[in-house]
Amino acid sequence: MPIHRNAGADTLALHAGQTPDPVHHSRATPIHFTTSYVFDDSEHAAALFNQERAGHVYSRISNPTNAVLEERIAALDGGVGAIACASGQAALMLAITTLVGSGGHIVASRSLYGGSHNLLGYTLPRFGIRTTFVPAGDLQAWRDAIRPDTRLLFGESIGNPGLEVLDIPAISAIAHDARVPLLVDATLVTPMLQCPLDLGADLVMHSATKYLGGHGVAIGGLLVDGGSFDWEGSGGNFPTLTEPYDGFHGMDFAEESPIAAFLLRARREGLRDFGACLSPMNAFQILQGMETLGLRMDRHVDNARQLVAHLVKHPLVESVSWPELDSHPDHALAARLLPKGCGGVFSFSLKGGRKAGTAFIEGLRLFSHLANVGDAKSLAIHPASTTHFRMSPEALLAAGITEGTIRLSTGLETVADLIEDLDRGLHAAQKANA
Amino acid sequence: MTFSPTPYCYTGGRKTESGRPTILFIHGAGHDHSVWTLQSRHFASHGWNVLAPDLPGHGRSPGPQLESIEALADWVLDFAASVGIEHVALAGHSMGSLVALEAAARAPARVTHLLLIGSVAPMPVAPPLLDATLSNRDRAHAMINQWSYAPRAQLGASSIPGINLTALNERLMQRQAAGVLHKDMAACNAYVGGFEAAARVACPSLLLSAALDRMTPPKAITPLAAAFTSTATVRKLVIPGAGHAMMSEAPGAVLDALWNFVGAFPSFGQEPQ
Repeated sequence: MPIHRNAGADTLALHAGQTPDPVHHSRATPIHFTTSYVFDDSEHAAALFNQERAGHVYSRISNPTNAVLEERIAALDGGVGAIACASGQAALMLAITTLVGSGGHIVASRSLYGGSHNLLGYTLPRFGIRTTFVPAGDLQAWRDAIRPDTRLLFGESIGNPGLEVLDIPAISAIAHDARVPLLVDATLVTPMLQCPLDLGADLVMHSATKYLGGHGVAIGGLLVDGGSFDWEGSGGNFPTLTEPYDGFHGMDFAEESPIAAFLLRARREGLRDFGACLSPMNAFQILQGMETLGLRMDRHVDNARQLVAHLVKHPLVESVSWPELDSHPDHALAARLLPKGCGGVFSFSLKGGRKAGTAFIEGLRLFSHLANVGDAKSLAIHPASTTHFRMSPEALLAAGITEGTIRLSTGLETVADLIEDLDRGLHAAQKANA
Repeated sequence: MTFSPTPYCYTGGRKTESGRPTILFIHGAGHDHSVWTLQSRHFASHGWNVLAPDLPGHGRSPGPQLESIEALADWVLDFAASVGIEHVALAGHSMGSLVALEAAARAPARVTHLLLIGSVAPMPVAPPLLDATLSNRDRAHAMINQWSYAPRAQLGASSIPGINLTALNERLMQRQAAGVLHKDMAACNAYVGGFEAAARVACPSLLLSAALDRMTPPKAITPLAAAFTSTATVRKLVIPGAGHAMMSEAPGAVLDALWNFVGAFPSFGQEPQ
């Protein structure tokens, strides 16, 4: 059930989590560059450590600037709270380690960001956590992959790089039938285009490095808890939340807060012990970006629509993958779950394979060739030789990538200039094919 | 008296011990013990026994739900007795404050302190809200949040790092079974014995309000405060900047007010704080 929002999304993006500071009356969010916080006295110190009083102790665990960012994304996403992390990868790792231990199992969409695929497929098995990857749109495969030791389902709102749309209502129902939560990576959509918690997801993560910041100057991640999952009603599947934790006053987090148990454990254990906290400088920079998130996402979507319209009719383009196109297998799903638009990232395949792809990338001048998405500036990459380099040809095909696939992240530039740059790249690809 | 099945009771992270004073926290409509965790942990760590039960039919406690303030008051007194507690300080928020008030009137020899938080008596519930609790819970939750939190908390700026207070409250209300909120609100609306109860209260009493409370505004407490005619000590205190949900909006200020008050009026062997 969606959380009622106290204001519109653009208002929340500007104000949520912050009021002018009562001492200096600063309008902007101050950057609290401090590692630690002075206690009033020994009694105050003990009360903070024992969680009798709210407040900050050490910036690895919480920081006033980060707290504004955390509240802002929670307000936008309709969550009960959030935790800022050093990166999107750190947010994913924090979510997993809060819920899953050695011997645990995850079911994940096959269409994931390469870094997430590495973590789940190669790194976590070293720690006894295994993942079964399933096609994003194959609901029966999701059901069939669930085992008694499954503790989490995970997918991306819009998959990478094939732009598969995750059927969040259906997959969350599958997860809840199995009494496990669904975590959704909403990096490519942001709360301006989709709020997965409103559609049935239990947890949401963002790489704030991308659209949320928008400027490409700060790495950061955010993990949001919808507060709707019944940890205590899950048959003992989540002892980290429902049994006393010797590492923090013997606290039973679900007893302490039936609603925010996940956030309590994630902060009191995950941030404290693994230490992947966000710098307050990065939090400030991401907050600056978020102030204009609504305006930017509208422009990203508009520009992407015009670029796609240009590419689909180009003779050198074999196919364009974007859920707003009728030709995309998830077109109907996108119309239902992403009515405001499918973001600014899309991919297309060039005739001529790897050679044409390389020539195209090198022919571009305005698009930057780099491994990122969601920047204000337009970006381009050739996944087969970069982000998905480690994947076998079979795995590449299964993920919807060919050797000629190009992924574009549409920026905010004047769209005529972007079209001119694409034509420059296409001309280079044409010469390479000749 | 024994309860079967046993109601759930949070104790602030420590077991109760004989020889300690006891404080019993009573939550409000559609809530459970978790609204008291910060205050509970402090009292429990500073020489007090803490009982913060989920009222019948709320949170982890089995039903049936009790449908009048008087029945809840009896239940609270019986529950304390069932765990071996004779003398007890009662702290209640909103609906819980009416329960505490009525219990203190029914058992003046057992109640050491009365701490009414976000209280007013009578406590009429606006008809649109009462109707919404029955016909449209989502709308009722939104109305409660709108009236329960000060403007600052409506947009965040939470005292608890990273927590979206209004969303947390909405989820807590959603977690209760259908009908629970309506019966709680109806019980508040029907309770007319507040002034008579106040006249029978014998212990030191604190009426704690929040300056920006739109559910139980500070000004509305005056008639109730005047009705405390049997106790020598009635104090009114207003927390600035907070609304009706003051335990989460201003948890430190609420704790200080409660702690300083019980410390100023020690009883039953309790030393001044």
